[in-house]
Amino acid sequence: MISALVAALAGFLAQLMHVALVVALAPLLVGFVRLVKARLMGRRGPPITQPWRDIRKLLRKRPVVAAGATAITTTAPHLACAASLLAAALVPGFAHGMSLAPLADLLLLAGLLATARVALALAGMDAGTAFGGMGAARALSFAAFAEPVLLLCILVLAMIAGTTNLDVMLVSLRDGGVGLRVSLALAAVALVAVALVENGRMPADNPATHLELTMVHEAMLLEASGRHLALWEMAAALQLLVWLALLSALFLPWGVAPADGGPVAWLWGLATWLAKLGALAFALAVFESAVAKLRVFRVPEFLGAALLLAALAVALLFVSTGLA
Amino acid sequence: MLTALCLVLAALAVLVLPAALGLAGLLRAGCAAVMAGLAALSLAALLWPSSAVLALPFGPPWAAALLALDPLSAWFTLLLGLTGCFAALLIVPAPRAELVGFPLFLLGMALALTAADGFTLLLGFEAMSLASWAMLHDRRAARLYLIFAVFGGGCLMAALGLLSAGAGSLGFAALRAAPPEGWSAVAVLLLVLPGVAAKAGLAPLHLWLPLAHPAAPGHVSALMSAVMVKVALYVLLRLIFDICGPAQASWWGVPLLLAGAASALLGALRANMEVDSKAILACSTIENVGLIAVGLGLALMFRGADMAVPAALAMSGALLHVLTHGLFKCLLFLGVGVAQAQAGSRRVDGLGGLLHNMPVLGWTMLVGALSAAAIPPLAGFASEWLLLQALLGAWRTGDALFQFAAMAALALVAMAVALGAAAMLRLWGLVFLGRPRSPRVAGAEDSARAALILPAALCLLLGLFPAAGLGLLHPVLAQWLGPEAVVPASLFGLTAGDAGASYLVLPAAFLLVAFAVALGRTGRGHATAPAWDCGFLAPPPHLPFGDPATQPSGPGFAQPIARMLGQPLLAAREAVAAPAPGSMAPALHEARAADPTWRALAALRRARHTTSLQADRLRSLSIRHALGLIFATLVLLLAVLAGLERP
Repeated sequence: MISALVAALAGFLAQLMHVALVVALAPLLVGFVRLVKARLMGRRGPPITQPWRDIRKLLRKRPVVAAGATAITTTAPHLACAASLLAAALVPGFAHGMSLAPLADLLLLAGLLATARVALALAGMDAGTAFGGMGAARALSFAAFAEPVLLLCILVLAMIAGTTNLDVMLVSLRDGGVGLRVSLALAAVALVAVALVENGRMPADNPATHLELTMVHEAMLLEASGRHLALWEMAAALQLLVWLALLSALFLPWGVAPADGGPVAWLWGLATWLAKLGALAFALAVFESAVAKLRVFRVPEFLGAALLLAALAVALLFVSTGLA
Repeated sequence: MLTALCLVLAALAVLVLPAALGLAGLLRAGCAAVMAGLAALSLAALLWPSSAVLALPFGPPWAAALLALDPLSAWFTLLLGLTGCFAALLIVPAPRAELVGFPLFLLGMALALTAADGFTLLLGFEAMSLASWAMLHDRRAARLYLIFAVFGGGCLMAALGLLSAGAGSLGFAALRAAPPEGWSAVAVLLLVLPGVAAKAGLAPLHLWLPLAHPAAPGHVSALMSAVMVKVALYVLLRLIFDICGPAQASWWGVPLLLAGAASALLGALRANMEVDSKAILACSTIENVGLIAVGLGLALMFRGADMAVPAALAMSGALLHVLTHGLFKCLLFLGVGVAQAQAGSRRVDGLGGLLHNMPVLGWTMLVGALSAAAIPPLAGFASEWLLLQALLGAWRTGDALFQFAAMAALALVAMAVALGAAAMLRLWGLVFLGRPRSPRVAGAEDSARAALILPAALCLLLGLFPAAGLGLLHPVLAQWLGPEAVVPASLFGLTAGDAGASYLVLPAAFLLVAFAVALGRTGRGHATAPAWDCGFLAPPPHLPFGDPATQPSGPGFAQPIARMLGQPLLAAREAVAAPAPGSMAPALHEARAADPTWRALAALRRARHTTSLQADRLRSLSIRHALGLIFATLVLLLAVLAGLERP
């Protein structure tokens, strides 16, 4: 009885720390990627805390809303940021088995990310400007190609772990045998492709672009300003963190502390988590510096290749479970 | 309970009288009250299930007509009662043929859903088809609709004939006692599937749907999309799941699964390319019927493999989606009807910025559109979560064919869900956001609040408490899959799978709202200024709502999807007619797409034409040839008879 209470309390404490940590880390992660990219291009680059400074500055500023815009413009940033934050709170970080672990269903996670995307698309259409609508249309059509890949990857993981709960999945992938790793590797590559597209990264979208015609994510934010823009930036940073944390939880599940493991285990879990996130962010920066942006209408080919990989992973699993 | 049901049916028949007299007000109040009564009755029948059968004092010459309200019927009549009540609230004075059609349409659906014998079922089914046909405004659409309805009715009639041949009676109890076996069972499946697909709008028999549904007045198209296609699915459930019994093979689910997945993708894709808001909703109906068919196909596969719990998961996902789709589609169709009445247009390119003048319509339709887009925590997400969980567990059936079919269906369904969300956002965004695209839009006002707020509230409630819906569904599942086949659900949400993946709606929704409110405390207030629009110039004074050409249009918003998916699948083409250099005329952009099944239909029409030409030549035969033909036919028939008579 007492031990269960202590475990619940530890889970709650770990969850609170996790939420605080993701909020603090998300802009730093964006800053880190920008810094590495700048260094790779031979520039000095802004300090890693620059995104945080931008967000703090924008949070103090009163937003200017386009005439003719509706309440969508003023509510959508809060909804998108809340959905991203909830998604980030559900993905295991330094610890697993936190208070919200029963909520951490992969389909719900996909739904929350879709909520954020929908809020952004509506905000982009709200003022009735050309670029906002264009960005919304493009973002929604990318999603139509990303979703099947995501679902097939979830199928691979669900077949191995027997559930779509992320927390249970992490434990069973960490403790499971090494027999089914080919499928996992293929699914990992496919999921990375989805992550790149969903986060508006190269080669689908250029996060640093200043040319409206090539924008997708930024085009929907052209009318946002002040506090609203800060929330949108935060939501995007949180989504990047969600995807990197998801990849590390699923494919690098080692070193994650149990939520009731005590402070020492937490510190070790935190160190490994930061190292994994840093490595993934570094890889992202290197990849982004190495590839060119695809034309908008070639993105389906990119995601189609990912779909084939994911389908191959599923087929291999079918065959291996059939033989077993 | 059955007496009350008879009263409801009789009241619907009596309501034809005020309709024939043109008393729209009386018809509106009467239909709404009767339908609310039907909903209450169905709720009671779900809470206290009974399998009583009532023999009516009339019927076909060989037997009495039978009525029953078992849990499956009650689930569908619940949907009919709710949506019928909302739709009836929007009856407006109209030509008498249209007014008379409405209660007859409701009566036909109620009769088909509560029939307990094949004759009454077909009577109600055909009454429903004919009454809705009479209310269509567009002759071409009506003709196409009639052709498909006749085809579907013919298939079902033949299927019931085959079934009754073994049982010797048309009563469902007798049919259930003698389920078809061997080849006759396969023949029944092959007749029921196209018969149902033609009425439910499953690919490839969906062509009539995007034409016929927009051709009816708003409240009628709401019922056609929300309930009528579901009546066809009810017939499928009744004939295949109930009457053919649990002894059928697993592969029976595969055609349904694949047709459903194909319909889902095709419907969602077409919904993205249409510009008529009612056609968008009709295409989205094809998508959702496809999703339900996927669930039913999976349930058949699981049941054939004796896996009752996954079968219950798939079935409850499908049946819950029947209700949620009915609610949000009714809401969306009614809303589009109100917008058309107020703002004078149905085309998304003729509306825009309606949220300012019609906030009730806008926000209720947003609830409907987000439910349709499967956004948590609204109603659509819960049922699609169940369907996706069932698809994710389909590999456990063990057979390689089923596994690959389920994988393909999963990818198609995922794409369809994302495309469906895009279509709903496009519809809502173009109609309610942005600037007005015509002066009449700027003068529109809210109306018909109750008929919009009630279904929106139900969408929200059903989304937050899907367990309540599943609790009502339990007797339906227990009827066929045994009492142990349940989907675990609690106040907080749903659970599925062996290791218990759960969708905890209530905590998730609470946290989402709490986070959003907390973020709202970062500050309040904002300034307003002209849209920046990348430095675009302010519009000239004669354009009070700005230059409409600088706003995204329907085809413009559809362009990425049309180029990425429409070109290969729908033969989408774009053409730009640029004016001569120096001319101030605007360039014209034209986008068109064609459903691939039109080609098959055109080939069929050509074949009919050539056959009739050939047959026409018989008229100019000489007497010698004509006598020879008659003689040859006689010999042939005698030979056939001799062959059949041989022991």
